[in-house]
Amino acid sequence: MLSIRDITKVYANHTALSGLSMEIEKGSIYGLLGPNGAGKTSLIRIINQITAPDSGSIFFEGEPLQPKHIGAIGYLPEERGLYKKMEVGEQVLYLAQLKGLSRKEALTRAKNWFLQLEIQDWWTKKVEDLSKGMQQKVQFIATVIHEPPFLILDEPFTGFDPINAEIIKQEILNLNRKGTTILFSTHRLENIEEFCTHLTLINQSKKILDGKTKDILNSYRSNTYKIDFIGNLDAIKNQIPHHFELKSFKTGAEYQEAEFKILDGGVNDLVSFLLPHIQIQGIRESIPSIQDIFIQKVSQS
Amino acid sequence: MNKILLIIQREYLVRVRKRTFLIMTFLVPLLIAGMYGLIFYLVLNQNQLSNQQKVMVLDPGKTFGKNLQNSNAVLFQYTNQKSPDSLKKALLQKKFDFLLYIPAGKDTALSAMGGESQDPRGIQLTGQKQASIQTLGQIQDEMERVLKNRDYQAAGIDTAKLNRIKPKIHIDNTVITAEGEKSSDSLVSFIIGIIASILIYMFIFLYGVQVMRGVMEEKTSRVVEVIISSVKPFQLMMGKIIGIALVGLTQFLLWVLLSSLLSPIISTGINAKTKTEISTKTLQNTSTVNGSSSPGLEMLKALGSQNYPYLISCFLFYFLTGYLLYSALFAAVGAAVDSETETQQFMLPISLPLVFSIIISSNYVVNNPDSTLSVWLSMIPLFSPVVMMVRVPFHPPLWQLLLSMLFMILGFLGTVWVAGRIYRTGILLYGKKITFKELGKWLFYKS
Repeated sequence: MLSIRDITKVYANHTALSGLSMEIEKGSIYGLLGPNGAGKTSLIRIINQITAPDSGSIFFEGEPLQPKHIGAIGYLPEERGLYKKMEVGEQVLYLAQLKGLSRKEALTRAKNWFLQLEIQDWWTKKVEDLSKGMQQKVQFIATVIHEPPFLILDEPFTGFDPINAEIIKQEILNLNRKGTTILFSTHRLENIEEFCTHLTLINQSKKILDGKTKDILNSYRSNTYKIDFIGNLDAIKNQIPHHFELKSFKTGAEYQEAEFKILDGGVNDLVSFLLPHIQIQGIRESIPSIQDIFIQKVSQS
Repeated sequence: MNKILLIIQREYLVRVRKRTFLIMTFLVPLLIAGMYGLIFYLVLNQNQLSNQQKVMVLDPGKTFGKNLQNSNAVLFQYTNQKSPDSLKKALLQKKFDFLLYIPAGKDTALSAMGGESQDPRGIQLTGQKQASIQTLGQIQDEMERVLKNRDYQAAGIDTAKLNRIKPKIHIDNTVITAEGEKSSDSLVSFIIGIIASILIYMFIFLYGVQVMRGVMEEKTSRVVEVIISSVKPFQLMMGKIIGIALVGLTQFLLWVLLSSLLSPIISTGINAKTKTEISTKTLQNTSTVNGSSSPGLEMLKALGSQNYPYLISCFLFYFLTGYLLYSALFAAVGAAVDSETETQQFMLPISLPLVFSIIISSNYVVNNPDSTLSVWLSMIPLFSPVVMMVRVPFHPPLWQLLLSMLFMILGFLGTVWVAGRIYRTGILLYGKKITFKELGKWLFYKS
């Protein structure tokens, strides 16, 4: 869908992006992750052709990126903004027409979206009379109304309460199921692995990690399992075979938790060793979250 | 192109639908008409409006007899009493407004010096309040007139003959061109020039600032980020500038329309009034009024003979190009700053040439429309919209007009280029204090 090749962008006194390359596959939800000031917004502005890179090139579905592709891209900027004194409906129609829709087409689609998000009563309200969350919904509609095959969402969930955030999340997943490719930029990494199929971590203008979310997580698996249990582990401490390594042990309020690294064999072997001695409450593989990986990577670099 | 039209449409409709636009459009002509009406009324009726002052004349020397003539402002009364003291009591009781005391006795000082003067001195005007300049002046004029007549007679001059001598001069000012002679009226050109330049100045400021506000609104509300992901910054800037220009034109045309509807009503009212006024005055003062052909009539004739298509097309040209030039600069300022308070330092260099040109136009250019300085100023695009508009009614040479217009177009293109470069960088830059040096750098950034 979008191929970013060796992009560099230098501002007067700092480098925003240096030699960044990314491949965004069609149909993916691509996470663009990085701390504030890493260069995410600079990259997004280049993709939107708001600014041009100093060197490097971008290809949109195999063609060099051109002004005609603007209609195929939807953009929800991090800094949300609407004309405060303009009526909500008029505003959505205006922005849709700027993206190339006819007024008639824009009207039908806008009405549908307002119905879908249950905000049809707001059509003639002025933006300044809406709450921040309401404005976000309007802005979201304005972003997706021209049904772009490629959607850039910069921190789409900030400003929403949990209920509305969930509604918007479902709408995004819905669009993705219908074939929309999504570039999702954020610095908040909680639960990001559930949402993004691919991701790139950038820090201080450079890419430090990228790939399929699954592959990244797999590469950080260490065959380590956490086991919650009731019983006396100390009694069998000395009997633990060599191919299991007890990495940590702590006592919680209701049960105890031990972490084993399996050097040889599978999780079933571990369980069958433990079963006679303690009562197991739960087992889960301990995979570092993207957040952990991210923090680890950033502090390394 | 289609998108620019959309932007123009939005900018136009948003402003025209505002209540303030309607109020401005309908109220301003009414206010102006009302103001002129009031001024005319005051000028015509000032005598009736001010109360006639009763002046008691105490003239024991009988220098003036009873020859002082009454007017709308002053009514002379005479008394035979010798001393002012009892009259001062009557003054306090408000039996009359002023006491004019002319002591008996001659101007001995002048006579001693060999002068001929027989005039009284030590004259006092006493009242419960200070006499107005008008009252004082009228009394003084009357007294001087009486004494002058007395002195003429003493010198053997026939006053009746003297009053009949009334030389009358009127210069018809004509302009010769290749096509022939045309009569012109400098005063009318003067007035038209001043009015046109003030209108242009006002429009540029009014709508230039609107452009700046609009740009700042988009920047501070962050709408701009959404919009320039669909259109180029330059398109957005030009769309806004053109949209607001159309608002200005609409307002101007509505004003012209409204005042042409209103002015017949007002002018017939004024005309009826002035005609009776003039005729009664001429009847009353045939001896004192100089000309019988009124200068107002000449001016009306000159106003009627103006080449309006020429004036209006020049006005529209300089209005539009001047506005485009300045509003591009205003747009650049709006894009460079984060808040209204920061605009000050950038507003100054923009307003300075405008203010300079209106001051020099109304004080110098209008009196010397063809001087070297005026010609040069009318060639420089920052000044020419105002300065040239003052010169236009005086019919400057065609080549100067065309050259000035050419420079204006070039100047406008240059400014738009510069402003566009500042705009596209500034509009996406938040939270940074901008200096002039910084602005200079932006001109040479790659897009």
